[in-house]
Amino acid sequence: MENIIDTAKLVLTKKDFESDQMVKWCPGCGDHAILKSVENVFPELGIPKEDFVVVSGIGCSSRFPYYMNTYGIHGIHGRAAALATGIKIANPKLSVWMITGDGDSMAIGGNHFIHVARRNPDVNILLFNNKIYGLTKGQYSPTTPKGSKTKTSPQGSFETPFNPGELVMGARGKFFARVVDTNIKMMTRIFKEASEHHGASIVEILANCVIFNNKVHGLITGRDTKEDNQIFLEAGQPMIYGKEKDKGIILDGAQLKSVTIGENGITESDLMVHDPTTEDSGIHIMLANMAPPELPAAMGVIRSVKAPTIEDSVWASVEHEKQISPLKNVDDLLNSGSTWDID
Amino acid sequence: MTDSKNKVIELEKAVIRFAGDSGDGMQLTGSLFSDSTAFAGNDFATFPDYPSEIRAPQGTVSGVSGFQIHFGSNDIHTSGDQADVLVAMNPASLKANKNWMTNDAVIIVDNDAFTEKNIIKAGYENNPLTDGTLNGHLVVNAPIATLTKAAVSELDIDNKSAQKSKNMFALGMIFYMFNRSYEKTFTFFENKFKTKPLIVESNKLVLKAGYNFADTIEAFTNTFKIAPAKLNKGRYRNVTGNLATAWGLLAAAERSGLKLFIGSYPITPATEILQELAKHKQFSAVSFQAEDEIAGIVSTIGASFAGALPVTSTSGPGLSLKSEALGLAVMTELPLVVVNVQRGGPSTGLPTKSEQSDLYQALFGRNGEAPLIVMAASSSSDCFYSAFEAVKLSLEHMTPVILLTDGSLANGSEVFKIPKVNSLPKIKPPIAKANDADYKPYARDSKKLSRPWAIPGTEGLRHRIGGLEKENISGNVSHNPENHQLMSELRQEKVERVADFISSQTVEGDENADILVVSWGGTYGVMLTAVEQLLKEGYSIAFTHFKHIMPFPKNTEDILSKYKKILVCEINMGQFVNYLRMKFPKYDYGQYNKIQGLPFTVAELKKEFITLINQ
Repeated sequence: MENIIDTAKLVLTKKDFESDQMVKWCPGCGDHAILKSVENVFPELGIPKEDFVVVSGIGCSSRFPYYMNTYGIHGIHGRAAALATGIKIANPKLSVWMITGDGDSMAIGGNHFIHVARRNPDVNILLFNNKIYGLTKGQYSPTTPKGSKTKTSPQGSFETPFNPGELVMGARGKFFARVVDTNIKMMTRIFKEASEHHGASIVEILANCVIFNNKVHGLITGRDTKEDNQIFLEAGQPMIYGKEKDKGIILDGAQLKSVTIGENGITESDLMVHDPTTEDSGIHIMLANMAPPELPAAMGVIRSVKAPTIEDSVWASVEHEKQISPLKNVDDLLNSGSTWDID
Repeated sequence: MTDSKNKVIELEKAVIRFAGDSGDGMQLTGSLFSDSTAFAGNDFATFPDYPSEIRAPQGTVSGVSGFQIHFGSNDIHTSGDQADVLVAMNPASLKANKNWMTNDAVIIVDNDAFTEKNIIKAGYENNPLTDGTLNGHLVVNAPIATLTKAAVSELDIDNKSAQKSKNMFALGMIFYMFNRSYEKTFTFFENKFKTKPLIVESNKLVLKAGYNFADTIEAFTNTFKIAPAKLNKGRYRNVTGNLATAWGLLAAAERSGLKLFIGSYPITPATEILQELAKHKQFSAVSFQAEDEIAGIVSTIGASFAGALPVTSTSGPGLSLKSEALGLAVMTELPLVVVNVQRGGPSTGLPTKSEQSDLYQALFGRNGEAPLIVMAASSSSDCFYSAFEAVKLSLEHMTPVILLTDGSLANGSEVFKIPKVNSLPKIKPPIAKANDADYKPYARDSKKLSRPWAIPGTEGLRHRIGGLEKENISGNVSHNPENHQLMSELRQEKVERVADFISSQTVEGDENADILVVSWGGTYGVMLTAVEQLLKEGYSIAFTHFKHIMPFPKNTEDILSKYKKILVCEINMGQFVNYLRMKFPKYDYGQYNKIQGLPFTVAELKKEFITLINQ
């Protein structure tokens, strides 16, 4: 674990963040591409390398901190959000990145996940959603599709899965984006946007577990099918997708609908224009819930709304109290209120 | 107010218990009397006794709220076994406290509340005021509700609001009985109800009415006076254990130069620590009310990694939820102070009652070999010093500490001599320096075996820690068998070596006695009182009380080896005595245990000690 001492703080490269530890994910695992994307992003953020902290819980994804040459803490199962919140409140200048998975954050850490979304600390949360427990070798998770046969659901899972985006917005989260692990360019761009958003930025990464749930996102990520089953949402742009760029999304009554430009008199101007900044999350939830085959899965920044962070509020309160409190030190406190002297 | 017609009798000490319905304001009455007691220069200790329901059914025994104060001209170490004076605002409070007063206690009752309905509700078959059950007591019947109404008849105030001052009538009577001045209490009303002059006026009138009533009816054949206590020179105040704990933590933050972070979740009887710290952001102390106990401790571990002074507070069931995270703090060798205010268990148990039954949990309640420092505060005011020391040890030795207090200490109060913060020791955590070329995450201090604390944001010290076993020195993840053994031993040894940095165990009483009585934590005051009384009565007895439990002070075995008989007293089924049997198996230990959600009484301890002495 060499610590390279570098005074040229802000001229950083990917190398600055590569750890000397052997990366032990399975060959072909989507996590390798995610790691590469994070290593791409960090040098570009203008943040001194000492100020990055990578935090995780437990699971395959959560080994991530060991593979980055930053400050890092590998916590306990499900609790990364609590760790990250504590770190960020205690030291707001740090750039905190939380790495988690669908077991870690949707199951055992579900409680912390909804609260980190609601409290809005400025942390970047990368949620590796491979819809399976990988490290324990193949049990269904809270995002596994109903009916999936796994080691603990041999007859098919009986449970309705969570959609992480819907959960984030239900918890009044302010930033939600989705990417696929097969697209490093997309990941790099969105991780950067997540970092630049001031508040809790939650990025769902559709990740492939090559061993226990191979191709679970195949329809969305497959070479031949992806363009018809993904839509990349750009703020201020009409929602267009498809191999021929001829498909789009309209709001039909209270539902989203896929249409073809040129058919039934549909023109580009009939399509919805993406606005991630609306306070109301109604449309964002609908976008997060889109799924093939009827609708394309939404990629990119689905929701990005400005709101105060918990640490800003806390430290503003500290400054305010310092101004107005008559107690300047603990001696003042001990001697405040009712006291008496014995001579 | 000194023109009393009655004879004034000088007492050394007295115990008063105020009891009423949970909505009757008994806690306020008690605390106002405490303030006047402080003003009178007495030493004192108090204990509130209230139900876990906020407003249990009115008039029932389960809804009775009590406040006891023990005050005197000598060292007062307990809130008193039994009341010399009981104020009972209704039949239920009389019934609930029948065992908590002396055989000849003075009982002041609101006889307006002794209606047939209330008498039945309290579970009495007959009116206890007239059926002879109170023979031997001086019962002072006061129509408090009626007289309260009359006292404010001149004011433009409805009777329902006026009746809220009923408790002040009782307080007025007690003030008369103990020759107290009510000026200070009037000042309190003026400050508390600044914007409500009518309430100020009605409280004053009712208090005076109570005072004058007691004077007029000549129910008391005499009144009492207690001389000021001979306390050392200095400034004093009244503190509860929870308040003292919070302040000790803040003092430690000041002496360490770190910013305090408390991540915590409300739980009885620990909540006031979080609440108190939440008030003091002016000291850069940050409080974070987490979504659950687990997030409370884990956010605190995060803050610890980030360089804050890390504190979490809880009570028994909450400590159970924190177990896994405590293991993380042990493994990452980060500082962390866990204040566990013990209550009756298991499970939800007796939330508002006190017990010492979390010792096993504190010592052993984690997976793996997970040693940490365990200490216990010995009195409400000692919570200040124990909290301070817990922080000092945690930060300087880079290890979690569990500080055990309990419900009695937390809610009980006593006189506290205010220290100067700069007279407390400096706290010097081993913070690693930027760009230290020799820095290794798990390199160790040669004396303490603590690892350096490298805080994120510091140049040149990037490193990773976590719950997986680490290689010694380098801190890389390691599954190497020899390394795991070495690291397990180092973690144990690191905590054991804390014994080199704490004070020696002391013996009080007659060091040369045959009998040694032993206690730990919140029972110090009652044990000391029992021992002091026996010494005065000519018995020979020695006493040692433990604050440091893991590790023990180095001279612990020396002390244990000197006595023929050892009796270990605790409010549980014998957790400390069994720990002593495990650590020092050569000696025979007797044990005295009580597990009723109640503190020891001096009387029962004396009886037990005398039996042992006479054996």
